[in-house]
Amino acid sequence: MKRAVPLTITALGGFVLIVAYFIPAAQGWGEIAAIWFDILAAVAFVLGGGNLLKIHLKKVSDRKGGWGYSGITLAAFLITLVVGLAKVGVNPNPHFPEVALSGGYREIGSPFWWLYEYAFKPLTATMFAMLAFYIASAAFRAFRAKNVEAILLLGTAFIILLGRTFAGVYLTAWLPDSLSGLKIENLTIHIMSVLNTAGNRAIMIGIALGIASTSLRVLLGIDRSYLGTGKQ
Amino acid sequence: MKGSYLLATLIVFLAVEAEAKAIILPPGNLEARDHPWDHGEKIDLTWRLSPGDETTVQNYRIFFSLYPEGPFELAGEVAAGERAFTAEKLDRQESYFFQVVAVGRERAQSDPAYTVDAVSPARQWLDGNRFPFSIITLVFCGSVIFWIDRARRGKPINIRKIAGLEAVDEAVGRATEMGRSCLFIVGIQDMNDIQTIAGITVLSRVAKIAAELEATVEVPTTRSLVMTAAREAVEAAYLSAGRPDAYNPDLIYYVTDEQFGFVAYAQGLMVREKPAACFYMGAFFAESLILAEMGNTIGAIQVAGTAMPAQLPFFVAACDYTLIGEEFFAASAYLSGEPSQLGSLKGQDVGKTIVAIGIVAGVIMHTVGTMAGVESPLGSALISAVRFLKEVILT
Repeated sequence: MKRAVPLTITALGGFVLIVAYFIPAAQGWGEIAAIWFDILAAVAFVLGGGNLLKIHLKKVSDRKGGWGYSGITLAAFLITLVVGLAKVGVNPNPHFPEVALSGGYREIGSPFWWLYEYAFKPLTATMFAMLAFYIASAAFRAFRAKNVEAILLLGTAFIILLGRTFAGVYLTAWLPDSLSGLKIENLTIHIMSVLNTAGNRAIMIGIALGIASTSLRVLLGIDRSYLGTGKQ
Repeated sequence: MKGSYLLATLIVFLAVEAEAKAIILPPGNLEARDHPWDHGEKIDLTWRLSPGDETTVQNYRIFFSLYPEGPFELAGEVAAGERAFTAEKLDRQESYFFQVVAVGRERAQSDPAYTVDAVSPARQWLDGNRFPFSIITLVFCGSVIFWIDRARRGKPINIRKIAGLEAVDEAVGRATEMGRSCLFIVGIQDMNDIQTIAGITVLSRVAKIAAELEATVEVPTTRSLVMTAAREAVEAAYLSAGRPDAYNPDLIYYVTDEQFGFVAYAQGLMVREKPAACFYMGAFFAESLILAEMGNTIGAIQVAGTAMPAQLPFFVAACDYTLIGEEFFAASAYLSGEPSQLGSLKGQDVGKTIVAIGIVAGVIMHTVGTMAGVESPLGSALISAVRFLKEVILT
């Protein structure tokens, strides 16, 4: 029973979405299935919040390594939750000035907005900015010319990177029009639009077929490993 | 001489003025019909061209209204010489009246041609544009089911070795030898993403090996539903390995829905715990390289699998093994070794054959069509066939 119900729901939901794609009359069913998922996901927020509290409270209480970070996580979580739910510092809605807490919790200048703008956004931006350094280190390792394939990769990357810069365009500007195809910027376009696109499409076709095949296995109940026990 | 010059000027002036004020005759026989094989939001209009279409008309403007007397809203325009239009984004609960007006130079307009009766768009049982695709889907699904059935009946199936999946056992084994944990990240999408499901199926295999070898698997997640599903899968894996006592649900937990918040946590975890093996299986975005580079820095053996083409180069650059596209989806079938699951991989080959035939046919038709010239009947027909292949069959 524990597995039969989820399997039935999965199969029903999945086949409804497939049928809805081909049969216009069934398109509403697909939308209903999507709404049900949203309801489930909304309920799951409570589950997530509870788990976060439990795990980090336990870490703090056990004084596990890095428990200080857990303390910061808990403080940040609780402050944001209280400020958002209690609408701390929110002005009343201009249309209902006599009703307290009737304003939007994300209105400009509110504490929640302040937390988002001056705490959350800078932290997110910092993490994203770190990506640039990681790209440099990964590229350094990937482009080491240790075999023929790596040399090809390095050469291609060199052309593309150079073709995107002013220096690259300047380097081959002297080539006559009859050899314009050899200009670095044109080589870059050719590599990206022909070779790269062809490779990308091959991967995309494989992915599409893989998704279809996996979905079918899941919908037919052949692959149940995501549900728990492998055998019943 | 002067008189004749004045006369000529007058004639030219009158001729220009007459043309400017030319009466534009309305188009005729306006007919409105429901667009066939659609969702019930289109109506096809046809009309007879306005007399003098070639010389006086610049375009036709099409209007619609819920009432015969209006107000009419513009539905669209077509150039002179065109005698059909499809009004789109209509409501099938409503009935519509239409008007077509011929527009000449200097915005001169004809009287409208109009429909007397209201027409309602109707919804059909099958989307005609998707009919060819539905046939392909049926053939593909049929072949997958056929091969699954064949495998269940005991027919042998050979599947090529996938290095990345062979490395899963090695990675967990190494973690055990080093006395360190394994880190498994199931992407950052929710359970409605098929990549997350594929990731969890790999997780169940990793957890089973870890249970057998007495290694630890830690699974931080970005969605609480994924956490629940991962717990179920890992618990089942420990159960099937005969070690239910070793299962610790606290090692599978929720961190945050926020992409970079999760990455910050995962990075901190890697630096503190230094897992010996890191698995990234699921849907990843910009965080892929941050995670993989951090794993590389701490010297972990790393296996990644994703169907996000933009992230694949990052994983290839930073990880020891990468499951590319379909390999990732083949993982659960491959690792399970169950004939019924392996059969589905064979079924995929039929899909590949269809795609290959389509590509080869499209390339040949387009090449021959271009060589024959777009103006020639053969070239035009072939180019149209390629367009049909791309825009109808493959869309």
